[in-house]
Amino acid sequence: MATTAEPRPVAPSAVALHREGWLARNARTVEMVARREIIRFTRMPARIVTGLAQPILFLVVLGAGIDSITGSSAAGGVDYQQYILPGVLAMSVLFSAFFSSVSIVWDREFGFMREMLVAPVSRTGLVLGKLLGSSLVAVGQGIILLVAAPIIGIDLTVLDFVAVFALMVLLAFSLTAFGILIASRMHRMESFQMVMSLVINPLLFLSGAIFPIDNLPGWLSVATRLNPVTYGVDPIRRVMIPGVDPLTISGWTVPIWFDVLVVLIVGVLCLTFAVRSFRRTE
Amino acid sequence: MEVDELVKRFGDFTAVDGVSFRVEPGELFGFLGPNGAGKTTTISVLCTLLHPTAGVARVAGHDVATESHQVRANIGLVFQELTLDDYLTAAQNLRFHGVMYGLPNAEITARMTELLDMVGLSDRADQQARLFSGGMKRRLEIARGLLHTPRVLFLDEPTIGLDPQTRVHIWEHVDNLRAREATTMFLTTHYMDEAERCDRIAIIDEGKVVAIDTPDALKASIGTDTVTIETADNVVARAEIAQHLGVEGEIRDDEGLRLRVPDGEAFVPRLFEKLTVGVRSVNVRRPSLDDVFIEYTGRDLRDAEAGTSERFRNNAMVRGFRRG
Repeated sequence: MATTAEPRPVAPSAVALHREGWLARNARTVEMVARREIIRFTRMPARIVTGLAQPILFLVVLGAGIDSITGSSAAGGVDYQQYILPGVLAMSVLFSAFFSSVSIVWDREFGFMREMLVAPVSRTGLVLGKLLGSSLVAVGQGIILLVAAPIIGIDLTVLDFVAVFALMVLLAFSLTAFGILIASRMHRMESFQMVMSLVINPLLFLSGAIFPIDNLPGWLSVATRLNPVTYGVDPIRRVMIPGVDPLTISGWTVPIWFDVLVVLIVGVLCLTFAVRSFRRTE
Repeated sequence: MEVDELVKRFGDFTAVDGVSFRVEPGELFGFLGPNGAGKTTTISVLCTLLHPTAGVARVAGHDVATESHQVRANIGLVFQELTLDDYLTAAQNLRFHGVMYGLPNAEITARMTELLDMVGLSDRADQQARLFSGGMKRRLEIARGLLHTPRVLFLDEPTIGLDPQTRVHIWEHVDNLRAREATTMFLTTHYMDEAERCDRIAIIDEGKVVAIDTPDALKASIGTDTVTIETADNVVARAEIAQHLGVEGEIRDDEGLRLRVPDGEAFVPRLFEKLTVGVRSVNVRRPSLDDVFIEYTGRDLRDAEAGTSERFRNNAMVRGFRRG
């Protein structure tokens, strides 16, 4: 059925495909897609402000409010405002991750996704680029909040700072992968209100970011231990506030390496499914 | 580009039903058809965005089903809807594209300078795309589509929604590009004048190619010119023509007497020979592409392809008229 094509001169672009190795080419794709995320982030000051508004509201207003009724040493053995700062960092990362999935659906709706999908690049490269860019933006967003630490009496050594930074990178990676996975299954902007109320807010409130989860009723306690964000908040808090009550699962004190492992595994799983999902939409 | 018995089904619905055609290198090929005729589906298959159900399509020498990567590397696309990133500058949009297509940085810079100049956007290179007008965005997209020197450029309604002046401007740039780059172009449009520019045209209806040829040959294939005359007495003239020349005319209040004949120019001298009533004016019109389109699809090119909103507006106008 197929007619044989006549031999034709090879176009320059076809040559370019073979000029670079597979790895170098994918690395460039990842870097470019990530760079686009960061450029877009810096071009939208409103997004930076909005992203910071809610965490700051929680930290300053809710923090002071709760302190006024409970006094110091009320939450996990420490002052509430101090207690909530690590939670607010996680909240900021969570919202940024959510925004990255919004931006994917946005791209799909407004065409730029098509520009990427018809390009001769691997879907994996596109997803990894998006993941890298959005994670960096999420961490950047969170780092701004870290300046509040000394103001509310949390003194961090350089080593603590590096540890918090690394833990935030890990959490950002994991949650952004989760956000991309959501986006791969979602096709309308209108669905996001639903995702916000049914997924993002429950993940936040059940993570120990806002209040201690040691003495919760049984079913709530189970829900919090099933929430991966819990394992992201716990190590950040333990680094920032030495002596805070650590996360326990029916009496067993969770070691930090276990926290890290849970977040990492969830991230890798989400990433795998997201890549698979984007490959299928070919 | 070769397409052979291409079929695309969505469940029970057959959008493309055995389409075959061939586009020569360097050709400007027009693809016309009413809405829902299968144009967009065909293009999507050719661009590797959809898998064909059956048949073979080769673009730039590569099979779209099995060598999608090579096909993608060799085609450029300008879609109906804009696909720029509004928050990137013109230069950043082009650089992004260059990297996606694996061009070395130095080559991207060189091509970018050349193409921005060609579409008249050199002085806007560092401005964000959201500040551009519709026509400027289009030109930037065309430049982007050509950045990686594709062998085939797909232009899917490239001037839809633009004002006539901007359309002329864009076509000047496209002609300029064709002269310099000899890229094969695959165009869909609902503008008659754009269809006229094509080397060859395929008309597609209900998933099948119903006609394919040069614009002139398509017009000739209809076989009839329209001769319109105005005489001192159209009724007498009509009777005389029917009697002596065997052509049944049609009297139209607004135009006069309209005759459909195979060769209008040769018909006119014979007309004068036989007529006894005075003739005030004669007009000979060759068939237009619109006539061709009506002949093959039963629909008017403009009506058939006008967007929903445009049709809606037309309907609303008609309704308003009736009420008034």
